[in-house]
Amino acid sequence: MAAATEKGSRERELIVSVSPHIRGDVSVSRIMWTVSISLMPALVMGFYFFGLRAIGVVALCIASCVFFENVIGKAMGKPGTVSDGSAFLTGLLLGMNLPSSLWSVHPFLLHVPILGSLFAIVITKLLFGGLGYNIFNPALMGRAFLLVSWPRAMTTWLGPTAALMGVDAKTTATPLGILKEEGMGKLMEVFGTKQSLYLHLLIGQRAGSIGEVSALALLIGGLYLLSKRYITWHVPVTFLATVGILTWIFGGKNAAGGLVLFTGDPVLHLLSGGLMLGAFFMATDYVTGPQLRQAQVIFGLGCGIMTVIIRLIGGFPEGVMFSILLMNCFAPLLDRAVKSRPFGFREVKA
Amino acid sequence: MPMFAGGVHPPDKKKLSSSKPVTPLKSPARAVVLLRQHIGAPAKAAVSIGDEVKIGTVVGRPEGFVSAPVHASVSGKVIAIGEFDTAMGRPGEAVVIENDGKEQWVELKETPSFMELSPEEIKERIKSAGIVGMGGATFPTAVKLSPPKEKPVDVVVVNGAECEPYLTADHRLMIEKPEEVVSGLRLIMRSLGVKKGFVGIEDNKPDAIEKMREAARPYPEVEVISMEVKYPQGAEKMLIKAVTGREVPPRALPMDVGVVVQNVGTTFAVYEAVRYGKPLVERVVTLTGEGIREPKNLMVRIGTLVTDLVNAGGGFSVEAAKVISGGPMMGFAMSNLNVPVTKGTSGILVLPEEGLFHADDFKPCIRCSRCVDVCPMGLTPGHLSVLAEKGHFEEARDHNLFDCFECGSCAFVCPSKRPIVQLVRLAKSMVKP
Repeated sequence: MAAATEKGSRERELIVSVSPHIRGDVSVSRIMWTVSISLMPALVMGFYFFGLRAIGVVALCIASCVFFENVIGKAMGKPGTVSDGSAFLTGLLLGMNLPSSLWSVHPFLLHVPILGSLFAIVITKLLFGGLGYNIFNPALMGRAFLLVSWPRAMTTWLGPTAALMGVDAKTTATPLGILKEEGMGKLMEVFGTKQSLYLHLLIGQRAGSIGEVSALALLIGGLYLLSKRYITWHVPVTFLATVGILTWIFGGKNAAGGLVLFTGDPVLHLLSGGLMLGAFFMATDYVTGPQLRQAQVIFGLGCGIMTVIIRLIGGFPEGVMFSILLMNCFAPLLDRAVKSRPFGFREVKA
Repeated sequence: MPMFAGGVHPPDKKKLSSSKPVTPLKSPARAVVLLRQHIGAPAKAAVSIGDEVKIGTVVGRPEGFVSAPVHASVSGKVIAIGEFDTAMGRPGEAVVIENDGKEQWVELKETPSFMELSPEEIKERIKSAGIVGMGGATFPTAVKLSPPKEKPVDVVVVNGAECEPYLTADHRLMIEKPEEVVSGLRLIMRSLGVKKGFVGIEDNKPDAIEKMREAARPYPEVEVISMEVKYPQGAEKMLIKAVTGREVPPRALPMDVGVVVQNVGTTFAVYEAVRYGKPLVERVVTLTGEGIREPKNLMVRIGTLVTDLVNAGGGFSVEAAKVISGGPMMGFAMSNLNVPVTKGTSGILVLPEEGLFHADDFKPCIRCSRCVDVCPMGLTPGHLSVLAEKGHFEEARDHNLFDCFECGSCAFVCPSKRPIVQLVRLAKSMVKP
């Protein structure tokens, strides 16, 4: 009997590896696909309001990102990165951060999403070492590159017409654009009441990037990720709270355009622009944010402050993208600056 | 209740063996008694080839203060002394005894009034019985019971957490021998002059908690604590925090906060050694896993080969891919089943290919913070693994590398499936603490 088992064990080599011998079931690809799924409500709302153009832009971005990751990635000797879903997610996020007006043949703009994808995947991600090594959020870098290269096309917003391709959608300004250029009065003129304004922002019936318009749909996706613990509260809550508080304090103006403290409209600021998309899906990017929870709070705070400075003082109506990219630079420093407390560690009093 | 931050919840798989009473395994035809079954200096062979030994005959004498004797676990003749394969992979010196089947013991003498023995006498009996920490760390128990004067101990904690998935050896002992375990604890308390003793048990073992509470009822100085199920609850520092609220500082020992921890199996062995003079020649081993036909809990003679255990479990149910000495989180994968059970072998776990993860298939760190959240020591394991991968070992040391006790929680949750523990061990081997 003993001999038989001995023989049996010799027939097959036993695997020897370092503990632990069991692993949890969360994988990189599962994370990427789950995040993609949580973006679906917002994507559907974008498609609903911006029609086939929106579908075209997002599909073009996803296809380009996956293509570049596959072809250029393979040429750089980084195999097997397509299946992890990260290129799909980058394409999806980039597409959701672009205006639907880019789906246009006259003037020809279809190269714009493709070049944005190239910049996101190749320059921002692969050249820095691929998944896990990039400093900046690839989708946001792609968008930033496009914004400075094609500023007109990137700020041409089609109104939410719920229309199909054929209908000539009218170009219009985003709510934050109106607020910046013409003030609160004009915004009320367009939307009627505050309630109507908030409702439009919640549902997403407003001009803007394809995936950013419906605050409610984004909130649902964000809460789903929180409930699955794929993200934690630290970045989104501090980011949103900072924007809310600062715009309430500094966002109010009197008729002459002078600052009146504590009269701003935090709800308007929280629900508009790319804030919900940025706070839940872009600033929470693992690779480009800090790793320690305390550092993430500072990161969210920084994102919030920068966003408000750009929105209230800067030249752009919206600042979420630049604020996240700027804070991406500080992520490694924040991890260093924050002291984690090892178990049993006590500060020695001198 | 105080609780350490972090930790994980791997599937516990204890049902495979938790209802199986401890049954004695037939003593082996040959016992391979390793001379190093403990941390510290290996014992030195005290017999020669051809010597007749009884069960309990000292075959290895301790060398130095941190060491322990080893005893014959079968009666018969010494047929070989030399290098033998061990579960850890490295060969070790062993005394091989051919079993004559007579089951002859050295003379044992019961002390009916064992609770009145002096602390010195208790320690002496524990020392000569060769008792070491049986949870796996195998630190000589007598040394643990001799703290220096400047580190007074006021609490003894029996570790009944058994937080490793699959293992049920301590669980069964607490159910089947609760009075003995409580007596063992009281003996340890007496040897240290300590007035307070705890038994910490994870609350996934309500039957053990109940039995132990019943056994402890006559003794107000002994308290059974029900602890939240969370791996690594049974790690010494985590256990001490849960039971006493005290935190052992980095690189310090439990005695620095006035605590001595003993494993359930060790505590039982202390009872048998002090009351009956019985040396440590057998222990409970959980034979389990999806790859073994009949999982069970066995009372196994030290020196029995793992092959014999596998046969006792009816052999492999499917082709075994991994055979592990210990639990799945911290155990050692063995390449060879002709290795002996030692004083620290708490389980033999057989895992089939299905569901197994292959360590060479890992991705870069995506900085997701999962490892940071689960690390019970408050470290940044993913970052340590990246530093080790890049050869920045000194920097890893400056990030508290040596506070890591390799519980594997980080690698368990890592979505990139990085071999974090392996990389940490690599770094530890490359720099001085």
